[in-house]
Amino acid sequence: MRVTFWGTRGSIASAGPATQGYGGNTACAQVLGSDGTSLILDAGSGIRALGTAMPRDVERVDILLSHLHMDHIQGLGFFEPMFRPGLEVHVWGPPSATLDLRTRLSRYLSPPLFPVRLWDLTSRVELHNAPEEPTRIGPFEVTAAAVVHPGPTVGYRIVEDGTSVVYLPDHEPALGDALDPGQPAWTSGYDLAAGADLLVHDAQYFPQERSERVGWGHSSWPEAARFAVLVGAKRLACFHHDPAHDDPTVDRLVEATAAVAQGVEVFGAREGQTISL
Amino acid sequence: MPQHPIELILFRQLATSLVVPVFLVDARGDLVFLNEPAEVLLGIRLDELDSLPFETWTAAFQPRSAEGVAEPASSLPLVRALTDRRPTHGPLVITGRNGQEHTIEITAFPLEGGRGRLIGAVAMFWEQGPE
Repeated sequence: MRVTFWGTRGSIASAGPATQGYGGNTACAQVLGSDGTSLILDAGSGIRALGTAMPRDVERVDILLSHLHMDHIQGLGFFEPMFRPGLEVHVWGPPSATLDLRTRLSRYLSPPLFPVRLWDLTSRVELHNAPEEPTRIGPFEVTAAAVVHPGPTVGYRIVEDGTSVVYLPDHEPALGDALDPGQPAWTSGYDLAAGADLLVHDAQYFPQERSERVGWGHSSWPEAARFAVLVGAKRLACFHHDPAHDDPTVDRLVEATAAVAQGVEVFGAREGQTISL
Repeated sequence: MPQHPIELILFRQLATSLVVPVFLVDARGDLVFLNEPAEVLLGIRLDELDSLPFETWTAAFQPRSAEGVAEPASSLPLVRALTDRRPTHGPLVITGRNGQEHTIEITAFPLEGGRGRLIGAVAMFWEQGPE
């Protein structure tokens, strides 16, 4: 299994010289299976470059959306394979109590926000609720679970041959476990992330920043570190970098995380980086 | 113990901030949390309990009507909220573990998550002062 980051930024794209190291595109990662099956995690602006890099002979693509905030779907209309006639594109997203996924995605993929409507796409787009039960996609077993973040939001656990990557790009577990930190039963995302070989987790803020943004749905670096240690992750990819953080600032954040995440290999996810598991 | 659904996790966090006593059960009806005001009212400490399963708490506080008639578990507001999946409200007299009697009204409602899944139920206790 190989994981490639195509967009690691949170909230809004922030391209420029100051963010070249970690990248300025918003959330998108690709998980490539041993048989060539491709899972795409979120459709932020990073998915555009992924689309142009995808081989023409691909017959099926699965896009797993964690939630429908703009920084996670804004690249959908610019994902070139969406316009390949006959290509199967399966889009998975968190269920809502009121509106189906098609209706919610159409709010973006329709005028006046976007000139092309969902039903105008020439690929064969099928929409699904994110799977609460383990579901087979190619060689992968995929499981989704609701996590703490404003609005319907899920994280994903993807397993191939016992190796797991867990994707929690927008997650504020501290909102739920502040009473008794470190209790698995009361920690959002625990079951999903337990024992992950690679945990891709929200580490957007420094503590002072988070204290001013409680309830916005994101984690500070100490919270990301504590979560990674609690779930027993082997590696932690700090993700969803704040758009206001330049490369040296993200470096400092990652170093601080690594210093306290005992037993966890910590790194900052960089656009274009590939991790082999 | 497996992780609780996030609806319970977030409701528990809310309950810690409220002054009204709150009693939180899972989908089976077992107690998973009560806040400090509820601990005072019921005369128990959550930290001192290994667990408080449905079969225990429904009898533990001697629930009865104002006339002193014992209430069966099935008629308790929290149990009705859980089994009927509807909000309920009603008066009750209970005796805390510390022997103190309380005349209360209970508001209970089910917690349903995505796809109509029953997560658990919540009871809030409103203690009645002297008439």
